[in-house]
Amino acid sequence: MNRKSFTKRLITAPYTVWMAIFVLVPIALVVYYALTDADGHFTAGNVTAIVDYAKTFGISVELALISTAICLLMAYPLAYAIARMNTRRQSTMIMLVMLPMWMNFLIRTYAWIAILADKGLINAFLQSIGLDGFKMIGTRGAVVLGMVYNFLPYMILPIYTVLTKIEQSTIEAAQDLGASRAQVFRRVLLPMSVPGIISGITMVFVPAVSTFVISKLLGAGKTYLIGDIIENYFLGNTGTVNYNIGASLSLVLMLMILISMAIMNHFDKDESAGGMI
Amino acid sequence: MKVLSKAYNFLIFAFLYAPIAVMIFFSFNSTKSFRRFGGFSLRWYTELFHDQVILKSLYISLAVAALSAIIATLIGTLASVGIHSMRGAKKRAYLAVNNIPVTNPDIVTAISMMVLFVFFVTRMNGMEMGFGTLLISHITFNIPYVVLSVLPKLRGLNDNIFEAAQDLGCPPAKSFLKVVVPQISQGIVTGFIMAFTLSLDDFVISYFNSGSTAQTLPVTIYSMTKRPYSPKINALSTLLFVAVMVLLLIVNLRRSGEGKKEAKH
Amino acid sequence: MKKKVLSLILALCIACGVLSLAGCGGSDRVTLNVYNWGEYIDTSVIPEFEKETGIKVNYTTYASNEEMYAKVSSGAASYDVVIPSDYMIGKMIEEDMLAELDFANIPNYEYIGEDYKGLEYDPENKFSVPYTWGTTVIIYNKNAVDPADVADKSVDLLWNEKYKDQILMFDNPRDAFALALSKLGYSFNSTNAAEWEEAAELLKQQKPLVQEYVMDQVFDKMEMGEAAVAAYYAGDALIMQDEQEEDVDIDYYIPKEGANMFVDAMCVLKTTQHKAEAEAFINFMCRTDVAVKTAEVIGYATPHMQAREQLDPAIIGNPVVYADSQTLANTEVFLNLAPEIGELQSKLWTDIKKD
Repeated sequence: MNRKSFTKRLITAPYTVWMAIFVLVPIALVVYYALTDADGHFTAGNVTAIVDYAKTFGISVELALISTAICLLMAYPLAYAIARMNTRRQSTMIMLVMLPMWMNFLIRTYAWIAILADKGLINAFLQSIGLDGFKMIGTRGAVVLGMVYNFLPYMILPIYTVLTKIEQSTIEAAQDLGASRAQVFRRVLLPMSVPGIISGITMVFVPAVSTFVISKLLGAGKTYLIGDIIENYFLGNTGTVNYNIGASLSLVLMLMILISMAIMNHFDKDESAGGMI
Repeated sequence: MKVLSKAYNFLIFAFLYAPIAVMIFFSFNSTKSFRRFGGFSLRWYTELFHDQVILKSLYISLAVAALSAIIATLIGTLASVGIHSMRGAKKRAYLAVNNIPVTNPDIVTAISMMVLFVFFVTRMNGMEMGFGTLLISHITFNIPYVVLSVLPKLRGLNDNIFEAAQDLGCPPAKSFLKVVVPQISQGIVTGFIMAFTLSLDDFVISYFNSGSTAQTLPVTIYSMTKRPYSPKINALSTLLFVAVMVLLLIVNLRRSGEGKKEAKH
Repeated sequence: MKKKVLSLILALCIACGVLSLAGCGGSDRVTLNVYNWGEYIDTSVIPEFEKETGIKVNYTTYASNEEMYAKVSSGAASYDVVIPSDYMIGKMIEEDMLAELDFANIPNYEYIGEDYKGLEYDPENKFSVPYTWGTTVIIYNKNAVDPADVADKSVDLLWNEKYKDQILMFDNPRDAFALALSKLGYSFNSTNAAEWEEAAELLKQQKPLVQEYVMDQVFDKMEMGEAAVAAYYAGDALIMQDEQEEDVDIDYYIPKEGANMFVDAMCVLKTTQHKAEAEAFINFMCRTDVAVKTAEVIGYATPHMQAREQLDPAIIGNPVVYADSQTLANTEVFLNLAPEIGELQSKLWTDIKKD
C-alpha cells in the first residue's frame, strides 16, 4: 500500500513542482511587485495609482462584455447543430472550428484589416453594387469584431461539449410530454447547458478584456485597453518601464476576473468541472 | 428549419474562414498591397524561401508547439491520474491551481513568467532568456488544458484499477501504460491537440518571454512595425494552411477507406 | 480520426524536436545574438556572414527602441549586437550598457560619411557605427490636399481641420511629440516640462482629427488613398510612391519648422562575451556590397559613401531622402531625455491615448 501511494505521489510530483515554480511563484512575484516601489519598499501607491485608469478598465470591460454576448448568441445554435450530428461529422466539424487557430491570430487579424479598411474588400464590394461604403476600421465595432472572431471557438467548444452529453431521448421525452420547441429550449436544453455556457463566457471574456493586440491593430490606436497599458509598463513602449504599476494593474485585472468568476459559479449549480473540453 | 440551420452553420464558418481566404488570395498578389489585387504572381513564395529570418521563426514556432505539447501531455496526463485519486481539500487545491493559467488573462500569465525569468535569470549566471524560457512558458500554459481534458475521462474509470493491476504484480509504469492509458486515450489526444493548437495560436506569451536565441513567427511579424506588412507572411500562412488541409484530407480518405474494408468483411 | 491526426503530428513533432536538439547541441562555434528592427536587413546576408566567418548568428527582432531597451536592460536575455536609434544610444551610453568599439576590427568604418560621425548622442564616435539614417517628412496625397495648404510646407497640415479623419499620426510618443514641439517652435529635446505639457495639449486637440495612429499600416493607407496626410520617414515616402494607386499621387516635404534627423546605428553591448566577433559582424555589415543590399531592401538613406555610388542615382539625388547639408541644418537629432522628462512624456502620451 505504501509503495502504491508513493507511486501516486511520484506521478503527480513533476506537475506539483512545475506548477509551484512556474505558476505560484510568478503570481507571488506579481503581488510582490504590485505592493512595492522601485527600491523594494512596501507601498500602496501602485494600487491607488490605478484610479487613473478607471476609465480604461471601464472601456475594456464594456467591449469584452459586448463581444462575449455576441459570441454566445452566435455559438449556441452552431454548437447545438454540431452536437446533433453523427459522431463522424461531429469530429470533422470540431476540427473545422479549431483549424483557423492553427493560423496564428495575429496573421488573421492582419487579414481583417484588409477586409474592413476604408477601401478594403467589404467597402469595395458595397461600392461595386452601388451602395455607399462606410467606416469600419478604427471603430470600436471593429475591435469588438476582432474579439468575437478570435474568441468564438472558445465559446463553441465548451457549449458543444455539454450539449453532446444531453441525450436525444431527453429532448424527445420532453416533446412527447407536450413541450413546445421554445419550452424544450428554455426548460431542458438551457438549464442543462449552463456549465458549458459559463466556461464559454469565461474563456471569451478573459482574453477579450485583457487583449492589447486587437485594439492596436483594429482600433486605430485610438482605443486603449487595459492590456495596452500593462504592455506599455512592462515593455516600455511609451518610454518608461515600471514593473510595479504594471504588476498592480495585472493584479487588479486578475482579482476582477476572479470575483466575476466566483459570482458566475454561484449560478452554476453543477459542481463538476464539466464544460471544458 | 433544416435549411435555415444549414445556412446558419455555413455563415458562421464563412465568418471563421473569411480572413484565411483573403490571406490566401493576397499571397498570390503581384504587388505589396493588402487591399488591391495587382495580378497573379508567385513572387512572395520565392521571396519567402530566401527569408532566413521568417523561416527560422516558423521553425521555432513549430518546435515550441510540438515540444511543449508533448511535455505538457506527459506531465499533465500523469498528474491527472494522481489528482483523480485525491480527495477533499487537497484535490480542490490542485484543481484551483490548475485553473490559474486557464482563467488568468494571457497577458497576466505572460508578465508573471517574465517577472520570474527576469528575477531568477539575472541572479544566476549562465542562464538567459531564449528558447528555454519560451518552451517553459508554453508548457506552463499548456499543462492545465491537458489535465482538464484527461480528468473527465478518468471519471468513468474505476478508481482502483491502477492499484489492482499493481496488486496483480504489474509494475507501476506498465500498469499505467497497459491499463490506464488505453481507457483515457481520447482525453490525452484531445489534450495534446489543444496544447499544440494553443501554442501555435499564441502571441502574447511568446512576445514577453522570448529572448536572444529564439523567437516565434508571430513575434517576428509583430516586430515589422517600421516596414510595410510583408506578403511573404501571407505566402507562408497559405503553405501552412494547405499542409494542414492535406494532412486532414489524407486522414479522412484513409479512414473512409478503412470503413469500406470493414464493410466488406 | 483523432488518433491518425495525432500520429502524424507526433511524427512531425519528434522530427522537429530532434532537429532542434541537434541544432543546439555540440558545436563549439561562437554564437552572436543580433537584435534588430523587424524587416530591417537583407536576410540573405546573415547566412553569408555565417558561411564566411563560421560564426553562428541568432537573429531576433523588435518593434520599438523601447521594447529593445526593456528586454536588454532586464538583464535576462543576452544580446551582442543591437541597432537602436540615436536617442536610445545616448541613453544606453549614459547607463553604461554599451561597449567601446575597437575600430581596428572595423576597418570598413572608413566608408561611413563624416556627416554621420560625431553626432551629439555619441560625440566621440566610441560606441556606434551608423547603419541607416533619414528624416521625418510630411507625406500627402496631391489629389486630396489643396495645393494652398501645402504651399508653405508647414507641419500645420497635420492640424488642419479640413482633413479631419484623413490624417495619420505616428503611433510612438517620441516622433509624435517631436511634431507637436516643432509646431510650437520648441526643441525636440526640450528640458522644460511646461513645453511638453503644451505639446501634449496640441496632440490632444489633434486627436479628433486623426484617422489612425499608425506604424506599418501607413503604407497601405496612403497608397490606397484612404488617408490624405501622414507623417513618416523619408525613405518610406518613395516606397509609397512606387506602390500608389492610379488615383493617388503621393508627394512629401520636410516641414519648414524643422524635422527630426534619425540615425539607427550598430552597437555592441557591454555584457557581450564575443566582442571581437560582434565587431566582425559590424564590419561585415559595412562592407560595400552588403551595405548596398541593406540600402536597397530598407529604402532608407545609407551613411555608407561607397555604397551610395552603386545605388540608383535618382534616389541618391533625391533632396528629401538624401537631404543636403542646408536642409540638415534645419533638423534636430533626438537625444536621450532626462528621466523626469521621459516619465512625463510617457504619462502625457498615455493620457492622450486613453481618453
